[in-house]
Amino acid sequence: MSGAITDFSKQKTFLIDTTKCTGCRGCQVACKQWNQLGAENTSFFSGEGYQNPPAMSEHTFTRIKFKDYQKNGQNEFAFYKEMCMHCNEPACASVCPVGAFVKTAEGPVIYNAGRCIGCRFCMIACPFGIPKYEWSKAFPLVKKCTGCYSRVKEGMQPACATTCPTAISYGSRSEMIAEAERRLKARPKHYYPAIYGKEEAGGTSVIYLTHQPLDELGFKPVTTRPLPSYTWQALRLVPGIFLTMGGGLSLISWFNHRKERIKQEEAFKNSKVTPETTDPEIKEEQR
Amino acid sequence: MTAAARIIINEVKGYHNFLKFMIVLVALAVLASAVRFIFGLGVTTNMNDTYPWGLWISFDVVTAVPLAAGAFTLGAIVHCFHIKKLEPLVRPAIVTGFLGYSLVCIGLLLDLGQPHKGWHTLVYWNVHSPMFEVSMCVMAYTTVLFLEFLSPVCEKFGYHMPLRVLRWLEMPLVIAAASISTLHQSSLGTFFLIAVDKLHNLWYNPLLPLQFWMSAIFTGMSIIILEATMVHRYLGQPDESELLEVLTKIIPWVLGAYLTVKIAALAFLSHGPLFDRPVLLALFLVEVVVGLIIPMIMFMKESNREDSRMQLRGASLIIFGVVLNRFNVSMFGMIQPDQVIYFPSVIESLVTIGIIAGHILFFVLLAKYFPIFEHHPETVDYSLPDRFHQVEGHEHQQVKGVEA
Repeated sequence: MSGAITDFSKQKTFLIDTTKCTGCRGCQVACKQWNQLGAENTSFFSGEGYQNPPAMSEHTFTRIKFKDYQKNGQNEFAFYKEMCMHCNEPACASVCPVGAFVKTAEGPVIYNAGRCIGCRFCMIACPFGIPKYEWSKAFPLVKKCTGCYSRVKEGMQPACATTCPTAISYGSRSEMIAEAERRLKARPKHYYPAIYGKEEAGGTSVIYLTHQPLDELGFKPVTTRPLPSYTWQALRLVPGIFLTMGGGLSLISWFNHRKERIKQEEAFKNSKVTPETTDPEIKEEQR
Repeated sequence: MTAAARIIINEVKGYHNFLKFMIVLVALAVLASAVRFIFGLGVTTNMNDTYPWGLWISFDVVTAVPLAAGAFTLGAIVHCFHIKKLEPLVRPAIVTGFLGYSLVCIGLLLDLGQPHKGWHTLVYWNVHSPMFEVSMCVMAYTTVLFLEFLSPVCEKFGYHMPLRVLRWLEMPLVIAAASISTLHQSSLGTFFLIAVDKLHNLWYNPLLPLQFWMSAIFTGMSIIILEATMVHRYLGQPDESELLEVLTKIIPWVLGAYLTVKIAALAFLSHGPLFDRPVLLALFLVEVVVGLIIPMIMFMKESNREDSRMQLRGASLIIFGVVLNRFNVSMFGMIQPDQVIYFPSVIESLVTIGIIAGHILFFVLLAKYFPIFEHHPETVDYSLPDRFHQVEGHEHQQVKGVEA
């Protein structure tokens, strides 16, 4: 779990300025190349719009979504890079029964396939719908963006950030947030006044700037409270409930059994039967 | 063909046609699970990245666990709260629970992508995960139920030494069963606390774990009523409706408490719109009215509580309500407005039907070959067998013990 990390300002963070994105999808290609992901058999317009492939999958860790809109009577495109948000406090890491997800000190949330038992709880938990499953396999594993941890660990930038000619900046979280705020301040009319990912899901290692309202672009409205805290508020009571329940029931049964025993003893006393005469064997021996 | 095989085949030939039908259903489920392992989850099920959890989690795990809650509920009622007259119901309840949990484990293993790594939960602990909590508890509780189930097995084969140990363990096992069940029944609700903004507000609130636990208690009692009534009707066992009346007296109280918590949580602890999805609202109302309010009113009337048929009807309504509730939480309530509707595939359905059929089949078979209904604790002799006749004059006691 990420419990040990409390300061996220030094962690590597993507700043994705969608106003600067040209929709070249170089990031999609670079991602497939670095992660050696297979191609998908798709057709154009198979999804909601121009984006291709139609959905993220076990073969697609990132994807540029297209959004048509009208500006001053002219058709315009807005782009949105879909990818793992690398949450500061990831829901996937908190719900995984075997701890297969880890928030690394560098920033990326990585997945340990060797541990995974394939329960798919991460897919239920992720507020952004990022982990995908190898549905084609008999013994499937989960697949998701690695944040190019193997590159980041060695001091390089992720494949998509390296390839992107315009929109992606990569650096420490505090620097990226400062840069985003600087841009918002410098061109307030150009940008929608929000930094997506600064507070969402308790803060993420991917932050976005847009010129369109977030929900229109397909950004999910996500709670600002870290998701693990929702389950932890119930789970933290587990040891207490176990002891209370066990102890309480033990006490109740002890009392009830004691009551029963006393009742029997009283009944025996009042019956005026001596122990000897009740046992036929002893009676025989005495004779 | 060996003689033993012939005996078994003749024995099976003598079974009632209903049992043979159950055997066919179980065989189909075994075939279907083989197909799942050969061709993979994606091809054989209708699960996908939008529906990572399908029928197998919604029914075989999330619903089946409360349906198997009879053992711990009745154990606590009989042994801790000392309502000893319900003792004859305990053993069938334990068998039902043990079968239920074993089948939950089988269902879970089928659903896991990497079932061969299931043991990882024992090694790589993540205490922040409700799934870790539930899998540990289910393993522990299945063991407890197995130990409790060993009593009729030992009686059948006349193993007296283990019987003494088991009897000595009886109280600790009952208390462990109730405590472990409290944890995992409620943690099944904790599963869905992480689905903020996914699970609809009609069901999402922080008291979901408490509600799951409380509903498990009255479901457990209802299952015992269902099971005892069925056993009376079809297995020729004595009519226990007088004993079941005790349960029908407790049920409305639990239902009332659950309803209070449910409504209070809905009124004060949920955020966001409640009435924006007509279909979900209808499902919610059916769950509450048919599964909670009607049976509660039924069991508040004494003539209904005493009538065996009304007992069965009330219990069936409660069970229906709980099944719907678990599906609402784990499936229907999670569907977003623009999503394609999931429907289980043939393979998925065959497996789940086979699991239900397997439960009925194994229960009847265990009842046939093991002393499940003939349990009279006061007549069982737990003294050590004296095979070498070292203690003179005590032989007749052992003869009595074997007979019992």
